[in-house]
Amino acid sequence: MRQTTPQQDLLRGLWRENPVLIQMLGLCPALAVTNNVENSLAMGLATFFVLCGSSLLVSLCKRWIPGEIRISVYILIIATFVTVADLCLAALLPDIHKALGAFIALIVVNCMILGRQEAFASRRPVGRALLDAVGTGAGFTLALVMLGGTREVLGSGSFLNVPLFGPSYEPWVVMILPPGGFLTLGVLLLGLAWWEERRRERVKAGGVPAGADMEPSPALGMSLSERASSRGDAA
Amino acid sequence: MSEERSGNIGDAQRRGLVGDEALPDEPAAEPAALGDEVSSLRMILTLGAAGALAGLLIVMVFNATLPAIEAHRAEAVRLAVTEVLQQPARYEALSVTEAGLVELPREDVQPANAVLVYVGFDEGGRATGVAVTAAEAGFQDIVGLIYGFDPQSGTLLGMKVLESKETPGLGDKIQKDARFVAQFAGARPPLEAVKRPKGEEGEIDSITGATISSRAVVRIINNSLERLRPRIEAHFQEVVR
Amino acid sequence: MSELVWIFLSALVVNNFTLALFLGLCPFMGVSSRVETALRMGAANIFVLVVTSLSVSFLNAFVLVKAPYLRIIAFIVVIASLVQVVETVIKKVSPVLFRELGIYLPLITTNCAILGLAIFQTNRGYGFFEGLAFAVGAGLGLTLALVLMASIREETELADVPSIARGMGLVLIIAGSLSLGFMGFAGLLSSS
Repeated sequence: MRQTTPQQDLLRGLWRENPVLIQMLGLCPALAVTNNVENSLAMGLATFFVLCGSSLLVSLCKRWIPGEIRISVYILIIATFVTVADLCLAALLPDIHKALGAFIALIVVNCMILGRQEAFASRRPVGRALLDAVGTGAGFTLALVMLGGTREVLGSGSFLNVPLFGPSYEPWVVMILPPGGFLTLGVLLLGLAWWEERRRERVKAGGVPAGADMEPSPALGMSLSERASSRGDAA
Repeated sequence: MSEERSGNIGDAQRRGLVGDEALPDEPAAEPAALGDEVSSLRMILTLGAAGALAGLLIVMVFNATLPAIEAHRAEAVRLAVTEVLQQPARYEALSVTEAGLVELPREDVQPANAVLVYVGFDEGGRATGVAVTAAEAGFQDIVGLIYGFDPQSGTLLGMKVLESKETPGLGDKIQKDARFVAQFAGARPPLEAVKRPKGEEGEIDSITGATISSRAVVRIINNSLERLRPRIEAHFQEVVR
Repeated sequence: MSELVWIFLSALVVNNFTLALFLGLCPFMGVSSRVETALRMGAANIFVLVVTSLSVSFLNAFVLVKAPYLRIIAFIVVIASLVQVVETVIKKVSPVLFRELGIYLPLITTNCAILGLAIFQTNRGYGFFEGLAFAVGAGLGLTLALVLMASIREETELADVPSIARGMGLVLIIAGSLSLGFMGFAGLLSSS
């Protein structure tokens, strides 16, 4: 058992416990809508809004929610925020709303959001819950934009609809099709695993100075105990 | 390879719901009454209150956003109709029924044998053409489009794909290839998708690499016109606004 | 081609829920290490998808015509309660089946394939029978993807893969290849 500091609450979700890249949560939107940066950003921000709103409300109301029906109440709260996000997007950005289609409604079943409510917002003060939601939401958006950026640059030869390579570039169309989503995330995870393995070898060799554990590192492929022990080694 | 990564749904769920680290519960902020008996009445009241509040919030947001959403929808229809009817002075939504082209009280509720179309008029109030929406299977999924038809000359006025998931860079040319789209204005149905046009009426030069999508567009228009043409032609002259 | 057959085949292979629409990825990544568990998860999914489709047809016809903006809330509440009811009924009626499916049923609530089915069925205006064909096709499609994935993973576990590829990276690359293969079904249903 360890207490966390506010900074940890905020920064944890951004990289070290990134919902998509490390925890593998919310994969459905992360792969389905990331065929360009614009859609990824819109999906990330919509999820960010729903997560912050739900965390805030759950943390505020936690005293009045009986434990037996808490999951139902959380889902109700999340579904309300998703409907609000859906309607606002349709009113303000109809083109993006059309491009995202059914996947806005599917934010409801993003396990990441329900997970943060159950694991964090329902047992922490409002401020901390909000910090955690901001960090996790930003981490989710970051992961989506990383995927969307890679796929748009390779698959359409552009970034945010701005052409990058000129007319002679033959885009890898497969990257903006469904297989491209699986392959991009797969390669990204392999890269992270490789990086993590190298870092662990350096730690084993004793080449890492004390305090290096503070640098954000994806603990991919490591169990909790391993992660804890590597931290202990470095310290 | 650790157990955590071996990808068992139970793990995924546990990680999701309980979080990576064991969180120390702050005594003051524990979820209400976890140990105590909670009466059913209280649960029902809590759920009811939460539901009522959620409903209230959604209705408020819905009412606030409705005008903008309706305006966007109407604008999308306006753009599509004016494009495929070649800029009519104005247009009206009418229903093709057994009785002819009539105005029904609600556009969104059409009877079983009626089809909603948009009739374009010139300055003098004379009908110039009919815009019809149609949808059928394409290469990947349903292709939805709108086309304009002039019953007097028996030719098409234009075609615009509204909805498709055809392959980017290949099939989506039915939407983005201006040369392909332009062929529909002036073509005389029934259409035929061909690879090397011989200059006959009704020929549509299909896109290289997107033959199936091109044929789908042609088929959708042919099938839709075959159904509606007799009724539209029989009643088109009567419509004067 | 008949409309119902088209809907069924489209959901089964051409627009496979998992490999083309990314719905139901949690079980796809999680429960796909053994063929037998994959089959059971698939069966549980088909069952819940069909029951959901029936209730969505009912909701759309009688309740949501008056309040379309309550769609998301209505669907998720109905799905959550349905899974609960189905679980209780199976427990009473067939304890054997309950043991087989038991642990997978609650997890299905947060499976996006179920809500996805409800929303797609509504957006496309499917009626009762169309919805049923869609649900069966989608369920069999999920099962197909799960079983394919599981049989490949049973092999890779015995293979000598690099240490970095023993996590989810490899699973995603395999999924990408499967998805690429399924793209070959496009055009199958365009009858012209």
